[in-house]
Amino acid sequence: MHPRDNAPATPGDALPDHPDFLWRNPDPKPSYDVVIVGGGGHGLATAYYLAKNHGITDIAVLEKGWLAGGNMARNTTIIRSNYLWDESSGIYEHSLKLWETLEEDLDYPILFSQRGVLNLAHSLQDIRDSKRRVYANQLNGIDAEWLEPDEVAEVCPIVNISPDVRYPVLGATYQPRAGIAKHDYVAWGFARRADDYGIDLIQDCEVTGLDIRGGRVTGVQTTRGPIAAGKVALAAAGHSSVLASMAGLRLPLQSHPLQALVSELLEPVHPTVVMSNAVHVYVSQAHKGELVMGAGIDSYNGYGQRGAFHILERQMAAALELFPVFARAHMLRTWAGIVDVTPDASPIVGTTPVENLYLNCGWGTGGFKATPGVGWCYAHTIATGEPHPYNAPFTLARFTTGALVDEHGAAAVAH
Amino acid sequence: MQLIACPWCGEREEIEFHYGGQAHVAYPDDPYALDDDQWAQYVFFRDNPKGPFAERWVHAAGCRRWFNAVRDTVTHEFLAVYDVRAPRPLLTGSAAAAQQRKGQEAS
Repeated sequence: MHPRDNAPATPGDALPDHPDFLWRNPDPKPSYDVVIVGGGGHGLATAYYLAKNHGITDIAVLEKGWLAGGNMARNTTIIRSNYLWDESSGIYEHSLKLWETLEEDLDYPILFSQRGVLNLAHSLQDIRDSKRRVYANQLNGIDAEWLEPDEVAEVCPIVNISPDVRYPVLGATYQPRAGIAKHDYVAWGFARRADDYGIDLIQDCEVTGLDIRGGRVTGVQTTRGPIAAGKVALAAAGHSSVLASMAGLRLPLQSHPLQALVSELLEPVHPTVVMSNAVHVYVSQAHKGELVMGAGIDSYNGYGQRGAFHILERQMAAALELFPVFARAHMLRTWAGIVDVTPDASPIVGTTPVENLYLNCGWGTGGFKATPGVGWCYAHTIATGEPHPYNAPFTLARFTTGALVDEHGAAAVAH
Repeated sequence: MQLIACPWCGEREEIEFHYGGQAHVAYPDDPYALDDDQWAQYVFFRDNPKGPFAERWVHAAGCRRWFNAVRDTVTHEFLAVYDVRAPRPLLTGSAAAAQQRKGQEAS
């Protein structure tokens, strides 16, 4: 007989059984074929596609904190592929196509919602740049169109299209297939399937050194001991420079805080995603009901996962001018992630001068949308030693050869 | 808001300043002597340390003068401010202690 059977009922006394865990929590083995450093969306997706597409399952994903607790937990979940250049269209559209079937593929709900994205134009130059991007997108088979202000209001009635504001809405590009997903569910979906393949997802395991002998990486030093590795693949976003320096590599990256915030839960008011480079804000409404807003990066380098309040203040001011209806909404929470920004606002995905060491970084403010696409291509690169055609343009060497992929226009503040 | 000690104006709010990135990056003496790798390093590659970083700031909404600072990129704490023509200071006193403390935490 339970000693408390006669006691009055206590809250929490009769809890249901804990649901099944989505992944094991294994200790590291001494050695793996592939060690992926970084257990965020990119690392997990890469592990999943290494197993699924290439039959490689002797993999450890090392995460210094908890799984998907870095930028994967901090982004604003926007998914789109309306980038200017052919190189970017290739990889981002590949990713968007994977998003469209990801829920079935992972057999896990990810709340992918193709509610479209509006990229607003506020000046004559914005209009020219936006139309150019629309035409470039259309040539690449990406669903993009130009909307006049009244058409913008049809898509998103709460946008203020009045001409008498500081930065009037003069039109927008519109990608109907763009949207949002539930970032945590995406990570959990990939983690669960990776775990099914026998991949070890190892948390609380920080890499403190890379073992390099004769120009070749042979393993990693971690806070949970040394781990030998046939190949090592970095997927550590804001901390990529720190890791690469362990291999003597200098990267063209600067790590910055990027802030975001959510409001309290509201009735559905915002049917799509609205982004504006000029006024530095992007807004959507999550399934649960909170408004999700992102800012531009804080100007200075930072690793502290927090930013300055005046950045948020400016972002809120911009949001209020675009959406006067938000005036009474309360801010619930703010946070920051650390984003690694490249000089051309495009990522670096590929091989390195160190044999068997692979690099995925430089996604800056826009890595979430690329999660399945880069996982697919990075897995191909690691498995074959050669870049996939979609990530072949995004080399580290392009900063020497000059073959940059300048996406400041399509990425800029709002990636 | 974080206060930044302008060497000429004293402590002012962060919003009055603009960031200038890594300090002590000199224009090459003879650009034509550089190969593509060296030119790429000069144009595109900058240090990105986690910890103390020597960087340039300008008091844009104040005296509009540039200065250098050593700032910790984890805590955002300014450990030293100094003249742009001066070498990076060897940190002393409380700043050095703060830096050492961080080094110990990191190791």
